[in-house]
Order: sequence, then C-alpha cells, then structure tokens
Amino acid sequence: MSILVNKDSKIIVQGITGSEGSFHAAQCHEYGGNIVGGVTPGKGGLKVLDNQVPVFNSCEEARQQTGANVSLLFVPPPFAADAIIEAADAGIELIVCITEGIPVNDMLTVYNYLKGTNSRLIGPNCPGLLTPGEAKVGIMPGFIAQKGSVGVISKSGTLTYEAVHQLCSVGLGQSTCVGIGGDPIIGTKMKDLLSLFEDDKDTEAIVMIGEIGGSMEIEAAQYVIDNLTKPVIGFIAGQTAPPGRRMGHAGAIVSGANESASAKMKVMRECGIHVVESPAEIGKTVKLVLS
Amino acid sequence: MKIHEYQAKNLLKNYGITIQDGEVVEREEDIESAIDSVSKRLNTSQFVIKAQIHAGGRGKGGGVKFSPNKESAIKNAKEILGMQLKTHQTTEEGQLVRKILITEAIDIAKEYYVAITLDRSTGKNVFMVSLEGGVEIEEVAAKTPEKIIKVHVDPAIGLRSFQALKLASALELSGDALKQGVKLFKSLYKCYIESDASIAEINPLVLTEQNELNALDAKFNFDGNALYRQKDILDMRDTNEEDPTEVEADKYHLNYIKLDGNVGCMVNGAGLAMATMDIIKLKGGDPANFLDVGGGANVETVKNGFKIILSDSNVKAVLINIFGGIVRCDRVANGIIQAVKELDLNIPVVVRLAGTNADLAKSLLESEQLDIIAAQSLEEAAQKVVDAATKTSVMH
Repeated sequence: MSILVNKDSKIIVQGITGSEGSFHAAQCHEYGGNIVGGVTPGKGGLKVLDNQVPVFNSCEEARQQTGANVSLLFVPPPFAADAIIEAADAGIELIVCITEGIPVNDMLTVYNYLKGTNSRLIGPNCPGLLTPGEAKVGIMPGFIAQKGSVGVISKSGTLTYEAVHQLCSVGLGQSTCVGIGGDPIIGTKMKDLLSLFEDDKDTEAIVMIGEIGGSMEIEAAQYVIDNLTKPVIGFIAGQTAPPGRRMGHAGAIVSGANESASAKMKVMRECGIHVVESPAEIGKTVKLVLS
Repeated sequence: MKIHEYQAKNLLKNYGITIQDGEVVEREEDIESAIDSVSKRLNTSQFVIKAQIHAGGRGKGGGVKFSPNKESAIKNAKEILGMQLKTHQTTEEGQLVRKILITEAIDIAKEYYVAITLDRSTGKNVFMVSLEGGVEIEEVAAKTPEKIIKVHVDPAIGLRSFQALKLASALELSGDALKQGVKLFKSLYKCYIESDASIAEINPLVLTEQNELNALDAKFNFDGNALYRQKDILDMRDTNEEDPTEVEADKYHLNYIKLDGNVGCMVNGAGLAMATMDIIKLKGGDPANFLDVGGGANVETVKNGFKIILSDSNVKAVLINIFGGIVRCDRVANGIIQAVKELDLNIPVVVRLAGTNADLAKSLLESEQLDIIAAQSLEEAAQKVVDAATKTSVMH
C-alpha cells in the first residue's frame, strides 16, 4: 500500500533531544509512526516522549536494542554527515535527513560512501516521507494528506503540500509522498522512486515535481519512457526564474542547456509525461489522466 | 559566494601556483606608485590594467587594457578606476569599478582552459581541461564536447597522480611543463577542496614563451553552506558587488532576488515561491521578486519581508502565499496584521493562507477589517493580485 515506510517501520530519531528533533519526533509519534528510540551522544539512558521512548548514545546501540530499520535525522549541519554515516554503519536501511545547510563536500563523501552499503538516504534538506494513515517520517503536515493511490515525488517542501492539497480537493489520496530535497547532492533521485512506485501495486499514478537546475528530471523522464507503465504527471517550478547570475563557465559545461524549466518540460513531454504548465492544475490534471 | 580575480589569484598563490602577479589599487593617487612597484618587483615594463568586478565579460566591456609602457598604464588605470563597467553579466547601468589590478604583462605561447566543479549527476567533482582556452569555451563545450577532457574525482581518494598526468597530457604539455602541469592540477584540487569551493576556474591558464605555466585569470565560487568553517574565505566577501536589497534581505535571513516586474510576492519555501511566480506570469502579470521567507514565518519575518518588497518602487500589488506546515497560519496572519498597521501600505495586498490553522488565520484577518484581499486557492490568489496590479498601474 506504499513505498519505503509503513506502519511496521521501526523508526529512531537522531538528534531527538534537540528542539527540532523533539518537536517533530512527537509529531511523527502522534501521527501513528512507530518511534522506537532516539539517539543523542551523551544522553543515553534518558526517556522522552512521555517517558515512552528510550534515548541511546549511538545508532549501533539503538539498532541492537530496538531493531530499528529507519532513522530520521535532525542533526545540525556540521555534524550531519557523520550522523548519516553512523546510521549506515549501524545497518539502518532507510535514513531520512531533514537537516538544511550541509556543506556539499560533506555530502559528496556521504553519497559515495553509501554506495558501498545497503542503506538508502532520502534528503538532505527535505521534508521527508509520509504514507498517509500509516507513518510520517519527516516534517510534512500529516493532516493535509489522505490515503489513496497517487505517489508523490518532489524536490520542494511547501510545493509538495500544495500538490497534496490539490489532490485531496479533487478526491484523490496518496500512497506515499516523498520529498527528496533540492540540494546539489541528494541520496535518492527521482528515477529511483519512480521504479519503487512502478512496483507498488497500490500506486496508480505518480506526480513528479521538479525545479530548475541539475539534470535529474531529464534522467527521470528517460527512465519513464523506458520502464514505466503507470501515468506520470509532472511540473517544473521556475519557468519565470531569471537565468542564474552565475560566474565562470564550468557549471554550464557540466550541465549543458538542460537546466531550464522549458528544456526539462520539453524532454518530459517527449517522454510521455503529462506536463502541467500551471502549478494550480496539478490535482485536476491527475484526475483527468486517471479518468 | 564569489570573490574578485585578485583574491582568487592570492588563493592560488598560497597553494604554490604561479600567477600573473600585480597590485590592487583603490585610489587614483596610488596608481603611479603601484605601477612603479609592480615594475620593480616583477621586473616588467609592460602592464595589464584589469577592472576588479565580479561580473564576467570585463575585457569586451573595456575593463581590461594592455599597456605597453608606464604612461599608457597610468592613463588606462585612471580610465578604468571609477568607470561604470557594462558587460553581459552586469545590470544596464553597469558596475562601478572600485578596485583595479595592475599586473605584469606575460608573453603568451598557448592558452588553456582549466576548471573544477561539481557534477551533480555522478555525485563527484569533475576536473576539466581544454586546449581551447579563452572566452568561447561554452561554445566549444556545446559544439565539440570532445575537446573538453574530463576527469571525475572520487572524494574518498582525491585526484590521483595518473589522473593529473592524463589532464596534463591532454593539454599536450611535455618536458618540464608536463611536470608543472601535474603539480598545478594537484594543487588546484587541494585548494578547491580545502576552501569548500563550488567552482575553481583558471581561464586562461597560459604557457609562457619561457615555457612556464601561469594563471592569467581565475574565478572562484564558494559553497554558502560551508562558510561557517571558512572564515578566511568569508572575509573576502565584497558586498559592494551584490544587490543592496539582497544584502539587506540576507541580514533578516530572507532569500530575496529582485526582478523587473510589478507584482511583489512573499512565499514560504523556494519551490512554492517559484511556482507562485510562474502562475503570476501565466495570469498575465510580471513578478517583481522572488522572496522565500523560509520555515520560520512570524511577525518579524513578515514585516521585514514587506519592507524589502516595498523598497522596490515598481511594485504595484503584493501577493502573500503561505502554505502552513510547520509554520502556523495564525502566526503569519498576526504578522500581516501588525505589518499592515505599522507600515502604512498604499498598494493592494492579496493574502492566501492554506494548511495549518488556516481557518483561524482567516477569522483573525476578517476581525481586523484590514484593507486586504483574501483568496482561497493559488489560482484565485494569482488572478486577484494580477488584476489589482493592473488597476493600480492605471491609477498611478
């Protein structure tokens, strides 16, 4: 009925005693997610969330004691890369990093390290995941979503909420919503999730929301035409964004001319994606495609 | 964050890379003594005067001049210092030249292109070199990509010697120049990583008549997320080169970019902010700015946001579009109420609040009987603000 997270996910929160971590851990717990523990070095032995959830000093300890398979991270930027690697080293299968502002160099190290492990990273700088009615692993407002059969993949935070809101207002629920983050280096790309949604028997259509910059949407579009049977509805934010006031030529040489919204939309259309021009018509278009 | 050419060259020099050296001058009365000093220290009688602004295209705009003797160097330096330099990357008015770099002139045998930047799709830094150095490198990349030789670097093991050798060989260097090339590429990679750069570009790198590699011009861009651990780099920031309103917005932790339209917008989240600009355009309007108030939209951020938007006199109407997740709409509503009362607004404001506590926010705004236009959906909000801007423009 979903991808990546469900009611059986055993979740630990890294940075659970910080202000962000404790607030959102409580929200996820309230939503019904199975928060089995927290990690804050030096605070092991503490109990949080109405004295129900134990805090451990390390991910390894938390994993051993609770059997956790998902970690949600609210660790400040200077320490976040280390925390992700620690989670992977402990064998956590899904690591969701909410932290904003991690240096690119740190993420490069993380990204390449994770390739040699069995862990999947979502984010960083993302709102996380929500499987409506089952589990929330992140900071998306749970009440705006409802259970259903549309998968949502998005680079953005609040624009995801807007899309989910529109889906609900035309009577369409979601299987799982995933905010992948818009940083230059992220753990899981659009095409990875397209493949998971394709294999999820309860997902009937997929909404894919991108932005200007990078070439991930293009790679995803090419994946769609080769591998997907389910309809994909796409939107790219930034059609009116001014061309970046960039410097030097190196960025342009690497990315070529595919970074603009119009270039991405063109390729997406050519690959059979239902491209929406107006951000106000995402919900309506999905409804139309499914009917 | 960007830096000037002279700062980039200082950075390269610290890593043992030979640069076209010189001195920076900020005051006209210092020009002659600087020329004498460059002449003596670098044993040269010919100079190049280079405007120091962040924008590219300086040469074509008249901001870089070869000067065959001291007299012409003085004349050129006086002309360039204080000029409004217009290039394809500056605004229409151009950029005031506050600093010039007076350098030695170099006898050039060959020009190359050298750069390191991030390749998002592979998740690695990519080192690029080309025999086609100079200003038309993007055209080379588009038409003859095989003329740009790329080496991807695994961050765990860094740039290896065989890779540096591959790059140097691609530039057809031989003998001592080949050794210099290998050393230079390794130094540049080290510099790029240790300074948390996002772009390091030497364009052109030249081979001199004396068979020496020399960095004639350099550009660096740095990862904003890493500046907390790069104090020396942060000290090089020159806010004179940035848009003053954007610098002001930065102080309030607001992400603002000025545009040319007349519909101001205030939105939470970058993606939704761009989508809001897009729909304004689709409805026939023209956005005046991008403004992301971030995750902590409260009374202060809303008030500061208004101040920033309204400092642009082109703005004829404002759209506030907030989708409350963690941000509670009632708090945003209180911010709007306070801001509207304090700031004496004389242009229409359209407000659309959705998500957490949106109903409470709506009743708060209604109870204050403020002169604002309420909207439910994104579609409706965009239509209303475009109509309002058109009406205000006609009235004025």
